[in-house]
Amino acid sequence: MSTPDPKPRSLRYVDALREAVAQEMRRDPEVFVFGLDVDDHRAIQGSTQGLLEEFGADRCFTTPLSEDAMTGVAIGAAMAGMRPIHVHIRMDFLMLCMNQLVNMAAKAHYMYGGSVKVPMVVRSMIGKSWGQGAQHSQGLHAMFMHVPGLKVVAPSNAYDAKGCLIAAIRDDNPVIFMEHRLLYPTEAEVPEEDFTVPFGKARQMLRGTDITIVGISNMAQECLRAASLLADLGVSVDLIDPVSLLPLDMETILASARRTRRLLVVDNAWVSAGAGGEIAAQAAEHLGGEGPLTVRRLGFAPTTCPTTPTLEAAFYPNPTSIAQAAYRMVGGDPAWTPDPAQAQLAYQQVFKGPF
Amino acid sequence: MASPEPTDQETIARLYRGIARIRRVEERVAAIYPTDKIKSPIHLSIGQEAVAVGICEALRADDTVSGTYRGHATYLAKGGDLNAMLAEMYGKVSGCARGKGGSMHLVGLEQGILGCSAVVGSNVPVAAGYALALKRRGRGQMVACFYGDGASEEGGVYETLNFAALHKLPILFVCENNFLAIHEPLNRRWAADRLTERVATFGMPAQRITSGDIFEIRTAAAEAVAAIRAGAGPVFLECHTYRWREHVGPAEDYAAGYRDRADLEAWQAKDQVARLAALLPEDARQTIDAAIAAEIDAAVRFAEDSPFPALEELYDHVYA
Ligand SMILES: Cc1ncc(C[n+]2csc(CCOP(=O)(O)OP(=O)(O)O)c2C)c(N)n1
Repeated sequence: MSTPDPKPRSLRYVDALREAVAQEMRRDPEVFVFGLDVDDHRAIQGSTQGLLEEFGADRCFTTPLSEDAMTGVAIGAAMAGMRPIHVHIRMDFLMLCMNQLVNMAAKAHYMYGGSVKVPMVVRSMIGKSWGQGAQHSQGLHAMFMHVPGLKVVAPSNAYDAKGCLIAAIRDDNPVIFMEHRLLYPTEAEVPEEDFTVPFGKARQMLRGTDITIVGISNMAQECLRAASLLADLGVSVDLIDPVSLLPLDMETILASARRTRRLLVVDNAWVSAGAGGEIAAQAAEHLGGEGPLTVRRLGFAPTTCPTTPTLEAAFYPNPTSIAQAAYRMVGGDPAWTPDPAQAQLAYQQVFKGPF
Repeated sequence: MASPEPTDQETIARLYRGIARIRRVEERVAAIYPTDKIKSPIHLSIGQEAVAVGICEALRADDTVSGTYRGHATYLAKGGDLNAMLAEMYGKVSGCARGKGGSMHLVGLEQGILGCSAVVGSNVPVAAGYALALKRRGRGQMVACFYGDGASEEGGVYETLNFAALHKLPILFVCENNFLAIHEPLNRRWAADRLTERVATFGMPAQRITSGDIFEIRTAAAEAVAAIRAGAGPVFLECHTYRWREHVGPAEDYAAGYRDRADLEAWQAKDQVARLAALLPEDARQTIDAAIAAEIDAAVRFAEDSPFPALEELYDHVYA
């Protein structure tokens, strides 16, 4: 007899993260969480709230301001069979860990002929809005996508956040887990029991026929809003969230672009040498010879992120700019722009997840 | 400090065997190197063997060492497999890392060898993480982490010393101070030669051993290890030593002018291999030497006879 489906439950992204970690810590005594401020009263925006109380200071503890060494500590502990989760309140600080992540974590299994494993998770958050500025609003995932041996995931909703984090903790490899500050309060239906979202499998967020749009991290949500604007124009969007960037599910993206012959990649990062470039290049390699293929990338403006709201608004792709780009790709009026009321409605759309 | 020379022949023989074995292995590697059979940059520790052997003498088999790219001595002193080491240098599949690591990445988890890094100083935080896990396990195991005087200039090393002291990790930090980083002498890199004092400010016992004397190193290590096992937290030892050969490669490079042959001669005058040899009866020493030579011959044969990895191995072990 099968158990009845558990009642759907809506959960915030931040709470999904916390639940994933707590459940894994209960399940596996080798899992521990550490990082600057994980045990202070703000608890990384609440995502590590309660872990200290339930699991004690041995399994949830803060660190000195020593990101490079602490990454090495996670690697060493992982080599000894533990499953550390190293948390950074900002992904910008991963630059201080680049040596350990790229030279040590990513290489160890290979360099030692398979005799060592590094099962660790590095959690970090991309910032945006309220003038967070140049050093606190970067999407640096492409730097890690470049390196074999690492895994990179960037879930865009609470369901994937929980499933990916559990999968990351159970993974025997170093996983860079990218969060986005604006996603933290968003809700989706999330099962209470533990479950995993496998890496290397993209999420089909909308089915459509006219254009393939790939939205990375928070941009998946912005693309959803853009798609509702496009629907008003009769343009049907096939929207894909890769979820996992390394490994990358190109099969799903290629299958879609093979049908629509139009591929728009919207990244939460700079365009140059970015994830969008990788996806576009693979699409061109595989589909270019089959017939016409229109490819476009959107992302951060090629400049440093400003703090002033007027300039910051122009720095990021948004539902309007995404919809405009897509509309042009399907041959729509290049001068089209949504009326403000319509755009407003689109912005208020809440993603509940097709799960 | 007076050198506490043990009189028992067994200890002397064991130490001699350990130190002479490393010397002879590296001399053989240096001899093979010009043939190009070993296509992996070798950093010889000829002249520095006493540190690895003296420290590892104090460790248990289930303790762990973390070494540098100049790690042949550490690997062998901790019980690394000589066959696997030479095969690794030859790039053979029977190497300790299936030929994928090379001379700079010797590893042997079964013997408690956590591996080495080509990026100076980057093994140090990893070693501390391993020590953290060992502490949690509560089996009284510990880590001895080796690094060079050059590595002591890297920020991550200081981050690690602080963390290790803060968490009272079971780790012995050993700085092998050979006064050189590639071709740069200490006085071009350190504003003040006060490394040991600097480390002490992190709140851990820190001691400098300038003699190069294997017995002194061994005694200091034994005391440190006892304190660490008792839960007192990390200990630091700065051991002066000297590298006889060039930074990377088999040759001597005194003509290059960045260091003085007189320094070499001063260290050669207190060479620990010769010193231990002289403490042994002639026949005992010859027996050990013969055994070492036979073992090395066999290991070279093993490396030469072993196959290279299959081409498919290129993509193996990227992910676990
Ligand atoms: C981070 C880093 N910087 C520079 C180098 C180049 N390098 C290789 S060995 C070396 C000298 C290191 O000296 P030391 O730590 O004293 O070790 P030794 O070679 O004397 O054993 C340097 C600078 C490197 N490998 N890694």
